[in-house]
Amino acid sequence: MSDTDGTSVLRARGLRKEYGKQAGLVRAVDGVDVDVAAGETLAVTGPSGCGKSTLLHLLGGLDRPSAGEIWLAGRRVDQLSERALARLRRDGIGFVFQAFHLMEELNAVENVELPALLSGRSARWARRRASALLDQVGLADRARHLPSQLSGGQRQRVAIARALVGDPRVVLADEPTGNLDSEATLDVLRLFESLHDAGQTLVIVTHDPRIAATADRMISMRDGAFVDETRLTGGTTGNLGALAGLEG
Amino acid sequence: MGKVRLVGRLVARDLRRRPAQAVLLLLAITAATAILTLGLALHGVASHPYQQTRAVTNGPDVVAEIAGPAAAPHGPGGAPKNNPAPLNEARALARLPGVTAYSGPYLQTTAVLRVRGLASVTQIQGRDAAAAAVDQPKVTAGSWVSPGGAVLERTFAEALGVGVGDRVTLNGRPYRVVGLAVTAASTPYPNMCEVGCTFNGPPGAPQGTGKPGLAWVTVSDARALDAQDLVPGPYVVNLKLEDPATAEAFAFRYGGGSNPPPTAPAMVGWQAIASADALLITDQQTVLSVGAWLAGVLAVASVAVLAGGRMAEHTRRVGLLKAVGGTPGLVAAVLLAENVVVALAAAAAGLLAGWLAAPLITSPGAGLVGSPGAPSLTLPTAGLVIGVALAVALAATLVPAARAARTSTVSALADGVRRARRRATLIKLSRRLPVPLLLGLRLVARRPRRAALGAASIAVTVTGLVAVIAFHTMAGEKRFGSGGLSNPVAIRDEQMLLVLTVALVALAVLNAVFTAWAAALDARHSSALARALGATPRQVSGGLAAGQMLPALAGALLGIPLGIGLFKAVNGSGQAVVPSASWLVTVVLATLVGVALLTSIPARITARRPSAEVLAAETA
Repeated sequence: MSDTDGTSVLRARGLRKEYGKQAGLVRAVDGVDVDVAAGETLAVTGPSGCGKSTLLHLLGGLDRPSAGEIWLAGRRVDQLSERALARLRRDGIGFVFQAFHLMEELNAVENVELPALLSGRSARWARRRASALLDQVGLADRARHLPSQLSGGQRQRVAIARALVGDPRVVLADEPTGNLDSEATLDVLRLFESLHDAGQTLVIVTHDPRIAATADRMISMRDGAFVDETRLTGGTTGNLGALAGLEG
Repeated sequence: MGKVRLVGRLVARDLRRRPAQAVLLLLAITAATAILTLGLALHGVASHPYQQTRAVTNGPDVVAEIAGPAAAPHGPGGAPKNNPAPLNEARALARLPGVTAYSGPYLQTTAVLRVRGLASVTQIQGRDAAAAAVDQPKVTAGSWVSPGGAVLERTFAEALGVGVGDRVTLNGRPYRVVGLAVTAASTPYPNMCEVGCTFNGPPGAPQGTGKPGLAWVTVSDARALDAQDLVPGPYVVNLKLEDPATAEAFAFRYGGGSNPPPTAPAMVGWQAIASADALLITDQQTVLSVGAWLAGVLAVASVAVLAGGRMAEHTRRVGLLKAVGGTPGLVAAVLLAENVVVALAAAAAGLLAGWLAAPLITSPGAGLVGSPGAPSLTLPTAGLVIGVALAVALAATLVPAARAARTSTVSALADGVRRARRRATLIKLSRRLPVPLLLGLRLVARRPRRAALGAASIAVTVTGLVAVIAFHTMAGEKRFGSGGLSNPVAIRDEQMLLVLTVALVALAVLNAVFTAWAAALDARHSSALARALGATPRQVSGGLAAGQMLPALAGALLGIPLGIGLFKAVNGSGQAVVPSASWLVTVVLATLVGVALLTSIPARITARRPSAEVLAAETA
């Protein structure tokens, strides 16, 4: 079975995630339909607890939906085994977390190369790829630094480099600037802009409307469901800093 | 008083919140204290059955052996009727100062006993049908000697596997076993010669006949058997003294002292026979003493791993206690009190278990009558056991308690998890390994102390196992007495070693579970992250298992030389026995498989929890 819409890299239909039972039932995600086109930057925004992070986890195969279908590059993925999901995360999806989730005992380049090593790439290939990505995110000179020796913005750039190491079809970012100051936020947004320019598909979850405004398209969530969708003309192709209100 | 109550309340609540951990800890320390109690309880208990046997058989205070009429040829009548010398000599012994009664002289000769393919050299004593005044063996089955009927010492009969009514041959002559009996005049099979017997194997005796048994026949049958021997047998005279306590001095004085002339009778005091009786459990005492130490070390490892595994939780609790006004002293007291309470309960349980189990392993065997009963728990024994239990608990929790007391409130509240260590060399090395080994090696690198503790625990277990195997290797020769008979001492030793092995393995299993559980908890975040980055659940589980197996392999390999060394140190002879390579490989492989299986449970549980949930929880 394959997806009929050839332009969507990521697609979900009737997606639902429930916790608890009967009176205690909570629908974190409630019947969500979403399509993400190749090369598109989609922002999912909404207040805390509206289900946007849960949606991201479902789309990335980190959690299983209670109902609904998820398709990645024409392949249905919501029914995959844990093993196949692991392969999917390894080869098809890159994650960026709000808390960075870097291994504190590994230095920057070792953190970036980790997914490649997990996918069975040779140590030499992984190191070369990780070094190139650190160079791309502007941290070539910080490759041997431990996370504790890096600023928040630098840590998040390491995390973004790590998300890109498997050359994923989609990068899913969960509040990527939530722990960063304005300057670091701007650095990260510029990085996303360059990824967008290079044709990378991005899904960014954020509760900050200024960050959401940098995307091609913005979806608002409330109580687990989509309540609004806006196509943005400026997006990441415009004057990013001015649009986001992060400068001056 | 308020503080004591507060500490008590906090301890009770925490124990109630974590009952499984408390029970596991209790079991670990209980096992160690029970083994220690058994070891201590064995001292002295063997003397009770010997005294009971001495009482019911009117056992001698001194056993004297006088030479037979060397010059006299074996005539049809034999001594003493036709050779009055032994009789006169016996009477002379009876007239010695302090002697109140005697029996004998009884002709003693040797013969080869054969039954169902088994053959054993046997010391034969010719006895009258009438009861003797001194040393009348207590018949426990059947009847006393009769023409053509032999009575076998009970332990010897058990080793042969014969009972009343069975037929045996003595030097080829058929005899019927008419009874089984016990005596206090001689040490039961296979230790009869431990008090020094002038034993010569008869012509045609089987090879390797170092452990003779004892049988009683009629005087005429004994003469007939002695007639087949080239050298006439000696005579035994049993003496009762006015003061039994002087038996050894008497034997020394009238037995010719340290340099006896050839004509002097060989004499043995009852104390020497009683000591030789205790040989039955001497090995057990050694095994239990060593076992108690090994179990103690394992218990320390258990407590240390448990305490370490709960460090993050404890640190947060410490932060909370300090935030509401708890002093560093109070914080340390709570941590210490928790394990001390468990240790005291375990000591009580261990003392009770040891006290109840002691009679099972101190049974006198078939060679004596009576039973040792439950050994008395003396105050020093109880004090030592409680002291060891407390030392185990304190040794493992003092460092965490001191660290908790020193931790600042803010950092304790903010970050309960200890920072992982960076081991650049191991990280670099792991990059070239398959994913499970990569993850496993990095887990080891993150928590080297825990890995060292796990390795030490396995090393102690394997040390015990290798020592047991070395014993079996040596006991292969010892297990059988003459002519393929079973050796009751070796059998009891093996039973004791089996109990000890089970206890050590059980403790090691507990430790492996603790270590795996602590490692799985500690690796929650890194495992979830690895899965988010594309590692499969199997790779993550494999990584956790590898993280346990790498130190286990090191511990198992270290345990081999330690086990050989331990056996050499405790086996008395100082002889190094190296078990076969196949056994050693089996031990190492079984250890690794066991650790892998035990780790797979917490590893699977960890891998089952959605990584998003774990990562979200760690962020919160």
